[in-house]
Amino acid sequence: MNNDNNSKVNKDKEKNEFKTLPFLGIPKLLPYIKPYKKLIIQMMTLGMLSSLADSAYPLFNQYAINNFIGKGTLQGLSAFIAAYIIILVLQTIDNYITVAMCGRVEMNVNRDLRNASFSHLQELSLFYFNTNNVGYIHARVMSDSGKIGEMVAWRFMDIVWQLSYIIFVLIMMLAINWKLALIIFALIPVVVVLVAIFQKKLLAINRKIREINSKITGNFNEGITGASSIKTLVVEDKIQEDFEKDTGKMRRTAVKSVRYSAFFTAIVTLVSSLALAIVLWYGGNLSVEGLMTIGTISVFASYALGIMEPIQNIVVTISEVIAIQVNIERFTRLMETESDVSDRPEVIEKYGDTFNPKKENWEELKGDIEFKDITFCYPDGEENVLEHFNLKVPQGTSVAIVGETGAGKSTLVNLVCRFYKPTKGQILIDGHDAADRSIGWLHNSIGYVLQTPHLFSGSVRENLKYGKEDATDEEIWKALDLVAAGDVVRRMEKGLDSDVGEGGNLLSTGEKQLLSFARAILSDPRILILDEATASIDTVTEKKIQNAIKVMTKGRTTFAIAHRLSTITDSDVILVVDDGRIVESGTHEDLMLAGGRYYELFTRQFDDLVVNKSIEKALAH
Amino acid sequence: MRFKTRSSMVLFFLRGSMHFFFYGIIGSLMVAFLDMINPKIIQYTVDYCIDDKESKLPSYMNFIMQQLGGREVIRHNLGYIALTIVCIAFVAAVFRYLSKVFNTKGAEKLVETMRNTLFEHILRLPYSWHSENHTGDIIQRCTSDVETIKNFLSGQLVSFFRVVIMISLALYFMFSINVKLSLIAMILFPVLILYSFFFHRRIGSAFKKADEQEGKLSAIAQENLTGVRIVRAFGREQYEKDKFTSYNEEYTRMWTHLMKLLSAFWASNDLISGLQVMIVTVMGAVFSVHGHITAGEFIAFVSYNAMLIWPVRMLGRIISEMSKAGISIDRVRYIMNSAVEEDAEDAIECPIDRDIVFDNVSYSFEKNSNDENGIDSENGNVSAPDKAESDEISKNNKSDDKDKSENQEILKDVSFTIKSGTTLGILGGTGSGKSTLMYLLDRLYDLPKENGTITIGGVDIRKIKRSWLRKNLGFVLQEPYLFSRTLSENIGIAASSDDKGLVSMDKIRHASKIAALDESVEKFPSGYDTFVGERGVTLSGGQKQRTAIAQMLIEEPPVMIFDDSLSAVDTQTDARIRKALSENIDDATVILISHRIMTLMHADNIIVLDKGRIVEQGTHEELLAKKGIYYTCAKLQGLDVNPPKEA
Repeated sequence: MNNDNNSKVNKDKEKNEFKTLPFLGIPKLLPYIKPYKKLIIQMMTLGMLSSLADSAYPLFNQYAINNFIGKGTLQGLSAFIAAYIIILVLQTIDNYITVAMCGRVEMNVNRDLRNASFSHLQELSLFYFNTNNVGYIHARVMSDSGKIGEMVAWRFMDIVWQLSYIIFVLIMMLAINWKLALIIFALIPVVVVLVAIFQKKLLAINRKIREINSKITGNFNEGITGASSIKTLVVEDKIQEDFEKDTGKMRRTAVKSVRYSAFFTAIVTLVSSLALAIVLWYGGNLSVEGLMTIGTISVFASYALGIMEPIQNIVVTISEVIAIQVNIERFTRLMETESDVSDRPEVIEKYGDTFNPKKENWEELKGDIEFKDITFCYPDGEENVLEHFNLKVPQGTSVAIVGETGAGKSTLVNLVCRFYKPTKGQILIDGHDAADRSIGWLHNSIGYVLQTPHLFSGSVRENLKYGKEDATDEEIWKALDLVAAGDVVRRMEKGLDSDVGEGGNLLSTGEKQLLSFARAILSDPRILILDEATASIDTVTEKKIQNAIKVMTKGRTTFAIAHRLSTITDSDVILVVDDGRIVESGTHEDLMLAGGRYYELFTRQFDDLVVNKSIEKALAH
Repeated sequence: MRFKTRSSMVLFFLRGSMHFFFYGIIGSLMVAFLDMINPKIIQYTVDYCIDDKESKLPSYMNFIMQQLGGREVIRHNLGYIALTIVCIAFVAAVFRYLSKVFNTKGAEKLVETMRNTLFEHILRLPYSWHSENHTGDIIQRCTSDVETIKNFLSGQLVSFFRVVIMISLALYFMFSINVKLSLIAMILFPVLILYSFFFHRRIGSAFKKADEQEGKLSAIAQENLTGVRIVRAFGREQYEKDKFTSYNEEYTRMWTHLMKLLSAFWASNDLISGLQVMIVTVMGAVFSVHGHITAGEFIAFVSYNAMLIWPVRMLGRIISEMSKAGISIDRVRYIMNSAVEEDAEDAIECPIDRDIVFDNVSYSFEKNSNDENGIDSENGNVSAPDKAESDEISKNNKSDDKDKSENQEILKDVSFTIKSGTTLGILGGTGSGKSTLMYLLDRLYDLPKENGTITIGGVDIRKIKRSWLRKNLGFVLQEPYLFSRTLSENIGIAASSDDKGLVSMDKIRHASKIAALDESVEKFPSGYDTFVGERGVTLSGGQKQRTAIAQMLIEEPPVMIFDDSLSAVDTQTDARIRKALSENIDDATVILISHRIMTLMHADNIIVLDKGRIVEQGTHEELLAKKGIYYTCAKLQGLDVNPPKEA
């Protein structure tokens, strides 16, 4: 599959995705929020109480000014202190519980979203993985979930917190002096509109900044990995010049973004001061006439000053919530994607599903495979790559599939493994339609060796047990020795407990390949898939691998996707694929005699083979 | 340039942005000052106009007030006061805007300078440095460490100044109102600062652990996705799900715990600040009742205290976070302190189309890498490849180096001459040292003084300017790198351009044709405008090699080196390219490295390398007559090895 096209497809998708979902996408998240409904309600109630306390503090000031300072007495001071401290302590407890709850909600929702998406991915068909690149899918599991969890907990909490604060303050202001309160209210829409306008622009600019940023990282990568080419071509200046164009653009865009944000914060504070001025003017006049106490002016002034910031924050928070719609949309799209290869309900009933297999009902698998009148078209393709294809592969036979890179050699393997389902026709396994048995049953009997050996982080043992969950050390060693990998592991300091590193990167390619053979052989599969390595491995390892393949394929139904034709000359059937179709089939001798595509491929490769062998031999003298 | 201290490098990066930060700080000083006026105005209004008390303004202000009409006029025209507040607020808003913009300008200029300097430095670091350091690690230093330094300078350091200014100004005004009350207000400050400082310092490690856990979780997801075929084919979905779930659970537990700690900190910090505010309110009331301060002063004092409390709470955190920047600065300093390729001062640009002579050249990697390590160890923190995101390519480089250092001596006493305008063929197996020979000629590796000499036209290449030498030696690498650009931009990247900075398409087409790339290009829907490289279309190995050949050919350098450059091309195309080459350029010196006798046989001179030594040398016919390695190779490759019959 062509990854480059996919990333383009993803980009287009993202552009279209930027829209608001109905009710901010919350209905789609309900299943994940529901378990924490009680917790969220408690948290929000407590949050409201906290902002009630916040809005009450200026009243203490007012009381102090009017009753102690104004009247010149300290009577009731101890009660004042007591009340103050009680509210403080209650609010502290309240805040502690609220924030801790909020964190719990965030983390739990995150976890549930991640688990749900990860386990959903385990059941999706390979088509999904071939049409979306790994980075894209990975971001759905790891980063979208995080953003959504944050929104459900913190963004909503922020809104509740600030909104209730604003409402409490408004109520108090109305209660103290409704005329003055109304005048202050008139300023609120100004702030809301201003912030909304600027925030929209800011979001757009910030997206651009992220784009430039990733380009700059790409440039660094190019400058480092391409070092030898840059030096030999002497293009340092040119590369530098282009790099500086990007960094300059980055600086200008970032400054532009700050111009917007600085402008609007400046305006919001200006509006706050305007409110303060109004209070002083209006309240001052009333006070001069003895209609308002100084304490009241002071409490009004604090409210007028204090209300604009929460308003600004609310608008910013809402715009952030809107920006998260993209993540919700992507996430839910993943969850709504259904596997296009799945077992029928009655099959699941009998054999179990991915996570609950009913192994007791599984029949033994022998390994006779028959493609019966198969027509196949990839879900995103337009043309049939197979039409009325028939092939019998009796138990123990080896089939080799050859062709140029990108010619579509994986198609048959994809069908045998039920990674894809045939458009028409049947795949018979031991004479039964594969669709009548569960995918789990089939996969239990398949051994798969990838072109680029793939190991998982962890120990050698953990990796090998991938083939057989309950394998004993004895069995593991036997499998290792069978593919001549025993010595490799024995040489490691901790033996089977040695860490292989992330993706196996502590081992060499050859070692990884041998371990992946051992893994495949450990499961004692009836059907073996070999996606042969193209990577150049040193001759000694190469020999070992060749021998290991011979040992493995013995007595097993084997499908080998071959790049090096010399390795498959004694296969029972060789299928030559070109442009997605099978153009020739037969034994090596048949095909060489026919002098067609296979002959052409073989002679071309033979050249190189001979060249390399010749040098080795010559140097050995 | 070597940076002996952290601050010397930081100052170096700050050139061009320091003044912006300075303006930014002046701006925040103005904002802080203007913000401090409001409480004064309120105090004045309350005491003087409403309460009939004495004005406590400085005498010149009182004079202005008197001129305006004194108490009665102002009292009945409080609009003046409101207007003053709005005016001050307006000026403050302008400064607020300016200070933020200047600070960002400084920050962005700083990042730009850092990135450009680092990138330039990296481009000029020797090739050996590149093969010794992990790509992922270097990129991390250039991106996230640069970001940390920026945040430190433009964020933490500037906030530190701002906070200190705010605190001192607020304290000044508070002290001017009442010294005793101010001292009472300050009682809890050390507690707030130290509490925050120690908390943030301690919680840092917990954050790090949680981040590491996230890294593990992320890696599990990544491996599951890249290995999806293995997971499916072995039917291990349940196992994968369980593994992910258990790591996820642990990660969630860590964060929930962290959130608990944080909320406890925030809440308790709020409590201390709340108590401080309460103490000020209560004591203020007491002072006021006892006649030490007026009602207006009380209001002003409480406002100043409110302005003070956030900066004080911030201070501890800022200080604790500032310490983290040191590590990032060191990590960037490691790059900046690695020695770049430098020409000798009297380096020359001499003609390159002369005889090339290798005289007793020996080379081993061990020695070279020791030199580099000298630089590293001094720095204390050598590249820590803890994050295993190292690139495929850098990994390959690493393993290459490992092989090489095991061999120790790559070349041993190699001497040969390439006459100007002739073709030299080099045959050798893997690890025979043939690529190293060319890397030395192009000065990608520097030949140590005592290890022999390489001369061009009698001039030691160590005396020739690197850029001049490399421009004149067209070198097609075995594994060329294509840039994230269009095909035509890639081919024309090294070509001299016209006034508009463009390379003529004719030149590009011509070079592509010789390199047998033209037919492949025509197959692409966008032709020469096809975007290639990391983010574009992936080219096959053969297409890459041919692009690199075209890239080199476009300037028709006098010396051309093909380092196994046709290995991924089939024999017919190989022949086609060689034919086109010989037809189009006849006066160039050509060096061909290959495994194929077919490629080498027409060379004027052929050397056979084995384990770093020349074992055979001569023309095709001479070498065949020797019946040595070359002969065996030719025979095995199915060539006619019988000498032409003379008789």
